[in-house]
Amino acid sequence: MSRPQAAFKSQLAARHRKGRVFYALCVTSTWLGISTLVVMLAGIIWQSSGWLNWTFLTSYDDALHPERAGILAGLWGSFWLMLLTIVISVPVGVAAAVYLEEFSSDTRLTRILRINLANLAGVPSIVYGILGLTVFVRMFGAFGSEQKVLAISLGFAELQIPLPFGRTVIAGALTLSLMNLPVIIVSAQEALRAVPSSLRHASLALGATRWQTIWHQVLPSATPGILTGVILSVSRAIGETAPLLMIGAMSYVAFTPGDISSPLDAARNPEGVLKAPFDSFTALPVQIFNWVSMRNEYQHVAAAGILVLLVVLLALNALAIFLRHRYQKRTRW
Amino acid sequence: MSTSSAAIRTDPPTASPAGSLAKRFSVARAKEFVIKLFLLGCALLSIGTTIGIVIVLLTESVVSIDGTPAFFQEVSIWEFFTETRWTPQFPPPQQHFGIAPLLAGTFLVAGIAALIGLPVGLASAIYLSEYASPRARGIIKPALEMLAGVPSVVYGYFALVFVTPYILRPIFQSLMGFDVAVFNAASAGIVVGIMITPMIASLSEDALRAVPQGLREAGYALGSTKHDVAMKVVVPSAFSGIVASFLLAVSRAVGETMAVVIAAGQSPNLTLNPFESIETMTAFIVNVSQGDTPAGTIEYKSLYAVALTLFCVTLAMNFLSQAVMRRFREVYQ
Repeated sequence: MSRPQAAFKSQLAARHRKGRVFYALCVTSTWLGISTLVVMLAGIIWQSSGWLNWTFLTSYDDALHPERAGILAGLWGSFWLMLLTIVISVPVGVAAAVYLEEFSSDTRLTRILRINLANLAGVPSIVYGILGLTVFVRMFGAFGSEQKVLAISLGFAELQIPLPFGRTVIAGALTLSLMNLPVIIVSAQEALRAVPSSLRHASLALGATRWQTIWHQVLPSATPGILTGVILSVSRAIGETAPLLMIGAMSYVAFTPGDISSPLDAARNPEGVLKAPFDSFTALPVQIFNWVSMRNEYQHVAAAGILVLLVVLLALNALAIFLRHRYQKRTRW
Repeated sequence: MSTSSAAIRTDPPTASPAGSLAKRFSVARAKEFVIKLFLLGCALLSIGTTIGIVIVLLTESVVSIDGTPAFFQEVSIWEFFTETRWTPQFPPPQQHFGIAPLLAGTFLVAGIAALIGLPVGLASAIYLSEYASPRARGIIKPALEMLAGVPSVVYGYFALVFVTPYILRPIFQSLMGFDVAVFNAASAGIVVGIMITPMIASLSEDALRAVPQGLREAGYALGSTKHDVAMKVVVPSAFSGIVASFLLAVSRAVGETMAVVIAAGQSPNLTLNPFESIETMTAFIVNVSQGDTPAGTIEYKSLYAVALTLFCVTLAMNFLSQAVMRRFREVYQ
């Protein structure tokens, strides 16, 4: 046996030992993150046991009696916020994605747009909060210190829009929409890219215009993918606290936006539906933050609130996974 | 492919072929044009958001809009960066605007987060890309996604209610004799580190998987062990992608708000002691907005100056990350 070979052999065992240690380190690190998740969930369930009950889900907040505090206002506040955020950000986001994927050639403008999107996604959410506070809540102070009301008659009811918006649901939803846009645009772009170009070519060859091709062929094929992205972006937005604190979601609210506290109310009181976007509000994560800062017994109330929030998130994610699964099974290009 | 080829089919058959190919006005073409303009408008909205953010941050801090002096007209930039006291709530003689304590607090938390997130995230990425079986990946990837999807207000709660009393206090106070405050930088840094771990793991894994299989095979052919290939071939080849993911994650840690607001406290101390209460830039912004500081005062305007600093720091890190990433792309394409 030559000398280099002998050296190689003698070192090999040590090198394999080192490899095994390294492997163990990598595995431990990976499971460290995941076990934290388990510990965190277990701790929150433990803290909230006995506090998450029907009263908690159906009553308003109580600053003096933790056992009477509830999350009803936050649930409805978050519901309206998410509804309006989806209504505002999805059409705009999908339209922007369609432009970037289907119309733009790789010019300077689209390159700037792409870089800009990457940077917007990295802007801290609190900065969006300041943007919302200045632009939507106060509107640069352009309307003076008095709030004015713009009334639009719709025949059966009157739509009253306060200007500036003040600390209302619509100001929060617009802020979250701006924050959500980059996420929706990027995921919609991916969904559009996954549609094979043969589909577009076939449609164009049959004489459809470019827009007809997009509207009747490309968008329907990309819908499941877009929907998955929308749900995931909503599940991110629903937990956002900082921008809502900035624009002034209130801590104690003993009413729901538009006084609608059950789906039946919406049918009975259509004016409430029009009123809701311009009402003041609180949201699920804002209530949780408020309870966390109160400490003591409210610690358990906060844990119960967190559990509700996590269940909502889990449901949204499950829906997204279900959609992705169905989509992968049904479409074969 | 232009829209005209599709539009000619709507022309009457009497038109000569040469005439119909000319770019004439047609309703269909006008409609396509209007739609394209609308889509472009939606895409430009993202640029509008960026411009909006910059304008909002500059008003009140550099340019004043309501006649009262802007922040940097009252406090010089020199004082802002060299003064070591941050006491905006005090009356003028004791009022100091030195951002150093807030910057120190921010980077202390981000530093602790990086100490945890970078090694754990990278080790997870190496495990996922080099060692894990498809089945293990199928379990670990969704779990990491869940970890990334937990709202930051939940991490804040975890830091305050579990990390400080059950981990930091027993180890560092009872065993080692350090004084661990209720609100401290360490607990916030630890949970922010857990938060950024999935992000580093997933982005670094993408970079590692992009390394061509041929490089690994060449390594094995030269007698390398799996550990040698991972650490001496794959990681160095993906180095710029890994660095880019680190930068993005640290930028996210700098902009992280809720966990820090809840767990790190509100005392702007210029300290590197992780067990003391500190205040970060994001926490200061939230605290001012939660208090009853009237708009127009210098304390209120300091919010915009701090936000501008935060925005510049995160933007610089994102740009750096993209620059590193572009270099990375040049290697294999």
